[in-house]
Amino acid sequence: MPEYSRERIESLIDGTIPFDDAKDMMSAYKDSDRFDTYREILQERAEWDDTILLPLTDHLYVVNNGSERITKCDCGHEFGDYRENWKHEALINVRDSREDLQEIYPEAMHSDPEWMVLREYFCPGCKTQLEVEAVPPGYPIIFDFRPYIDDFYEDWLGRNAPDKQ
Amino acid sequence: MASEQDNLTDRVRAEQERLSEKTGTDEGIGWNGQSIKEMLETAERQYEETGHCYGIDELELKSETPIEYEKIFSQLRGGLVNARETALNISASPIVKEIGELSFMLYTPEGDSVALSTGIIVHVHTTSDAIKWMIRQDYETNPGIEPGDIFCNNDPHIGDVHNTDVQTIVPIFWEGELVAWAGGVTHEVDIGASSPGGDPVGPTSRYDDGFDIPAMKIGENDRLDADYEKRAEMGVRTPELWKLDERCRLAGCHMVRDAVHSLIEEEGVDTYKRFVREVIEDGRRDFKQRIRELTVPGRYRAPTFTDVPLEGEQGLPKRSANDDMMHAPLEVNIESDGSFELDFDGADAQGEHVFNCTPSALQGAIWVLLTQTIIPNDKINDGAYYATETSAPEGAWCNPDTVRAATADAWHFLRPSLSGMIRSLTRSFNARGYIEEMASSYGDTANYFQGEGTDMFGEPFATLNFELSSQGFGARGFTDGFDAAYAMWNPEADLGEVEVWELLEPALYLGRRLKPNSAGMGKYRGGSAFESVRMAWGTDELYLQNNGNALAFNSPGMFGGYPSSTGYIHNVRDNDMDERIENRDKYPIRDGTPEDSQMFDYVDGDDRQFEERGTSLLEEYDERDLYLSVNRGGAGLGDPLERDIELIEADLNDEHVHPEYAERVYGAHVTEVGDGAYEVDPEETATKRERIREQRGEEAMPVDEWMEQRREDVVEGNFIPVVKRSYNESLELSEEWDDHFRSFWDLPADFTFETED
Repeated sequence: MPEYSRERIESLIDGTIPFDDAKDMMSAYKDSDRFDTYREILQERAEWDDTILLPLTDHLYVVNNGSERITKCDCGHEFGDYRENWKHEALINVRDSREDLQEIYPEAMHSDPEWMVLREYFCPGCKTQLEVEAVPPGYPIIFDFRPYIDDFYEDWLGRNAPDKQ
Repeated sequence: MASEQDNLTDRVRAEQERLSEKTGTDEGIGWNGQSIKEMLETAERQYEETGHCYGIDELELKSETPIEYEKIFSQLRGGLVNARETALNISASPIVKEIGELSFMLYTPEGDSVALSTGIIVHVHTTSDAIKWMIRQDYETNPGIEPGDIFCNNDPHIGDVHNTDVQTIVPIFWEGELVAWAGGVTHEVDIGASSPGGDPVGPTSRYDDGFDIPAMKIGENDRLDADYEKRAEMGVRTPELWKLDERCRLAGCHMVRDAVHSLIEEEGVDTYKRFVREVIEDGRRDFKQRIRELTVPGRYRAPTFTDVPLEGEQGLPKRSANDDMMHAPLEVNIESDGSFELDFDGADAQGEHVFNCTPSALQGAIWVLLTQTIIPNDKINDGAYYATETSAPEGAWCNPDTVRAATADAWHFLRPSLSGMIRSLTRSFNARGYIEEMASSYGDTANYFQGEGTDMFGEPFATLNFELSSQGFGARGFTDGFDAAYAMWNPEADLGEVEVWELLEPALYLGRRLKPNSAGMGKYRGGSAFESVRMAWGTDELYLQNNGNALAFNSPGMFGGYPSSTGYIHNVRDNDMDERIENRDKYPIRDGTPEDSQMFDYVDGDDRQFEERGTSLLEEYDERDLYLSVNRGGAGLGDPLERDIELIEADLNDEHVHPEYAERVYGAHVTEVGDGAYEVDPEETATKRERIREQRGEEAMPVDEWMEQRREDVVEGNFIPVVKRSYNESLELSEEWDDHFRSFWDLPADFTFETED
């Protein structure tokens, strides 16, 4: 079972890892302590003290803020109960005209806005673009990922989640 | 018959004699005198009762003799790979010979896959479906299953992806018992459908799909039946390639048979029998273990759509000449016991077009992706199939309720719909910290050069150019996607040499280049696509089609990254290429983008076809006419404003992106520094990015406010008919989706969209 240095995992997170090193990691068996190292690094980098339970995206985390489990942006903005879709608490911009789509794509290289629009979701705190949906107009907002936190910790990692220890 | 018998190896002849001893008895060809139907029923019951393949509780062979266990697997695997690498040289089709679009598989008597070669591993389970279908239809009784027999299938309603994937299946006997099946599959250049090629656009029912071989016995005594061969020869447009592919598959199956016989001679049949069952149960357990190692239990949703713009298309029956929007509402459920379920509940209805797919095809597409994500390093076989569940509503595009449904271009929607599985797995990989495994999506493929006519030698030809198997790959978790180098649904990932395709196709490559702005932008961008400009040459008759998404994005991004671009059609007929060549004037070697296009600047024509849709039926081309293959890139990952300055500069200077898009989307401050080279100023860029963030805050609105505004559009049905029809089909086919949609928009219980039809 391979073991990787903390520096190696940090370079992976930062996108500074040489490709050959990443390729070696793809080809090898997985390091079983990766999640713990990863979570430690993310926790240390966070500018708040809430306990990270699980990363959701490159900016969002499920954390325990001292009273409940919520979705939180690394800027500190809180989106509420992690079991609800954080997008409902986000800002949205919809590209539903050719003019709007052609800010991103050349003519003829984007969707027909009558068939499909782009929905951009931003963090109300830092205005980071957190997700982009490509859907027909009228499509319900997509709840991308609803993790089963306790199942993950208890059944798969064999211990309680950090906020239950 | 004596001369026929001379074809046989001593082993097969001996097996024929041994089996003939059973004639007139009640004994079946299965193990211990059972019929293979009984064996299949027993295996299914054992799995149902125990949750273990063949009821195997302990992997005794693996635990008692682990080295021998690994050795047997390696020997079988080696035999399969050897068969593939040798047999492909029998073929002359570039798809098979150059790209490697073939594979070989080994199955238990019940039809469960034990091991497979490299190649189109899509068919790890589809051929299993075909074998089980034959068993259930009691082929053991009629037409009979004997040593030296050859079976063939290409019917997706039995077990296949689409009928251009042709399977040869050979039974393997040992001392009067069926011990295994060898399977081999190749993708054909043409299948004799109502329009040419290996992914034809024209069929509207299975009766147009082309040459159909519904699990037939096509040979005995190791020799193909002459009448079958004649039928095949007359049923496809490329009979010579077909015949060589057929021999390629048969030779490979016979090599697999030899490998199994050698192994049994070495290890004994009892060990072999124990092994092939244990290794499948091992595969099942291993898959579940890998799920627990790599993912996070939860519910993932990743819908994808694609457009089928056939409204008013000439040459189609009225029932088919309609626009369609195909909806794949993929939900992935990973439970704490490691179970893995893909649910397409809410999918819209099958269509009167060629883009439907069967459940077997869906399984095939799932498999090819799982082997590159969850189980790339381990023993891949049907054990993993037993560890997964797939749900597809009856009557949907992915589970037609009639065998009439056309499926010859099932990939048109399989490719995008399964990108949702990759996005879902990537969310897990990110959560676990396995960033090196992440991928935002992958590029769809198209529009590929596909058609028929007369070639430069004056002979009839048909083609499906398989440069399509290299596309832009999705952005990774730590870097950009591969440029024009990978098609995840088809991991041979090889363009093929231009010169090889020009040998088959009466059209010169004027150029094959990376396509600017085709990659989805993001912190990490998707891989760029490529495009090929072709000029009809040496032909007096050429018909080509177009195919691919254009009206809908079908490779969405993740974490704030944008989808890759859509495609379009750009062809120029009746043009001035003769004069340009004569005068040594500039001519197009690429299109670029429609906003900076050599196809607009360097060729004039009386018949310029520039359309935002991507799909059309066959159209006629004459000598010197130009045809553009616009392929698709991969999706982006992460907020584009976080893209590294040096990467933006590289994108600009390598023509992945035009400066105005780098400025608008990446917030880059770009300066041209001469000779088309660009620099990006870090400080000015930081300022510009801050301004864009402020602008986002000013222009975006809270989601609840937006929902309040948009609800009226839903209630009023302010959408084009194709969108409303797609929603209505999903609402009708799924009660759960109906509830989801109505509760989201707070609609009455009987809500549907009003449409003219």
